[in-house]
Amino acid sequence: MKKLINDPSNVVEESMKGLARAHADLLCVHFDPNYVVRIDAPRTGKVGVISGGGSGHEPMHSGFVGYGMLDAACPGPIFTSPTPDQIVAAAHAVNGGAGVLFIVKNYTGDILNFDIAAELCRSEGIEVESVLIHDDVAVEDSLYTAGRRGVGLTIFAEKICGAAAEAGLSLAEVAAIGRSVSERGRSMGMALTPCIVPAVGQPTFTLREDEMEIGVGIHGEPGRQRSRLLRADEITDILATTIFDDLPFRRGSEAIVMVNGMGGTPLMELYIVFRHLAELCDARGIAIRRNLVGNYITSLEMAGCSITMMEVDDALLRWWDAPVRTPALRW
Amino acid sequence: MKNIMISNARVESAVLVDWMLRFADKILENKEMLTALDAAIGDADHGINMARGMEEVRRRLAVYVDEDLGALFKTIGMTLLSKVGGASGPLYGTLFLRMGVASSGKSELTNEEFAAALAAGVDGVRQRGSARIGDKTMVDALLPAMVALQRALEDHASLCEAMQAAMRAAEEGMKATIPMQASKGRASYLGPRSIGHQDPGATSAYLLVSSAAEAVCQAAQPDAIAEINSGG
Repeated sequence: MKKLINDPSNVVEESMKGLARAHADLLCVHFDPNYVVRIDAPRTGKVGVISGGGSGHEPMHSGFVGYGMLDAACPGPIFTSPTPDQIVAAAHAVNGGAGVLFIVKNYTGDILNFDIAAELCRSEGIEVESVLIHDDVAVEDSLYTAGRRGVGLTIFAEKICGAAAEAGLSLAEVAAIGRSVSERGRSMGMALTPCIVPAVGQPTFTLREDEMEIGVGIHGEPGRQRSRLLRADEITDILATTIFDDLPFRRGSEAIVMVNGMGGTPLMELYIVFRHLAELCDARGIAIRRNLVGNYITSLEMAGCSITMMEVDDALLRWWDAPVRTPALRW
Repeated sequence: MKNIMISNARVESAVLVDWMLRFADKILENKEMLTALDAAIGDADHGINMARGMEEVRRRLAVYVDEDLGALFKTIGMTLLSKVGGASGPLYGTLFLRMGVASSGKSELTNEEFAAALAAGVDGVRQRGSARIGDKTMVDALLPAMVALQRALEDHASLCEAMQAAMRAAEEGMKATIPMQASKGRASYLGPRSIGHQDPGATSAYLLVSSAAEAVCQAAQPDAIAEINSGG
């Protein structure tokens, strides 16, 4: 294992300290329990938007704390959900009397920990709503699985709910907007290489030079299918058409799209993917109204990419376009 | 006659603390194995997370003085809830919190009360995770263990004998997860690719039951422990 770290057991805390120093104008960090919080929290009368999850996906979630997006983020250990004490402490830190919204990715651990935190918050007088993100079309959504994983659409939900909360909407309204985002978005990812969890020191799976993993998640877990390595355009075809057909996106649909890097793929390659995705959208009559290309939800140093697409209307676009000032997203 | 005398034995705080210390030892000894099992069908953190939680439980129990078993179990449950994370933290946390509710205000438990507290804990795990037998989870080890424990106690076995039966049932349940296709948790995302791997949660649950058997038998008869170790 070659990593730019000091000690595997201090990776999360040392990174949080660096984030706090780098963005002292936007956020500060709290330890034991660990959370990242907006510098001006709590804001009276504003819904507090909180997300959290395992570390190793940076910039998600801590990099999206700031004006117009998250009020707090709760980073767990690498690839492990945060615990209820962290989430409850963050809720107290951001609650301005209008309640808090939890944006939760659909993983068993995240759901259990956020559920227990919500019970504890309510017992302490804080109103809580949760929005569940489950956008990964690589996963069969059936009674026989834990349901689709929450991946790239989480960024969209955090941006849009953050804007709505900033505008002063009520908890019920912000939650309803979050749920509409959750219904309208789909994602799928692939990996060229695995990643190494620092405390483990070994790759979480192995891929030969001529192999790739399709339908991969963001925790170094293997995907649904291993196949021969294909060219960028062929890979984009597989990811995009699976997403198109699932929602489905139709001729005349308008979308926000994201081509996301898994952490170890150069931006140059992500633009190659975006170029072909745009061609596919053009051919199908799907209008790309806004886009993100870059590393937003990563899996340590994994090479690969994911595509996220959300169908939008003008109302959602207005929330998307609203000003945002966070370490990893600002306009 | 002998059986009746033994079934009147009490489970005290020292036995429960010994159980937890033995569980912590087993988790730390098997940390890499649990993580390797999780790497095959999950996200390679089960051993690391459980070790972090049980090390903290051991630290807290080293200075623990309260006589109330409800408070003891609550301390263990809250520690796991706040230190383990993932799905295992809430699930093991819930197990001990429910055991705490069932033994609240008591400084010792009869065999039947101990079995009832454990049953309440296992029930809490099933509810929290909404998992059933065959889902390839810790329930596959815990539930057969509970059934074996209760059946053995009904047959007037000693608690040591009953916990050994529970341990054997947990081991069988753990091994039975190998051919299962996961339908809960992160392993379910793999579909049929989860078949052929032993479930890490069922494995740590077996370690929990086997350390309970060791602690109970050690307290009943210090020599019995050698027999378990050679048999297991």
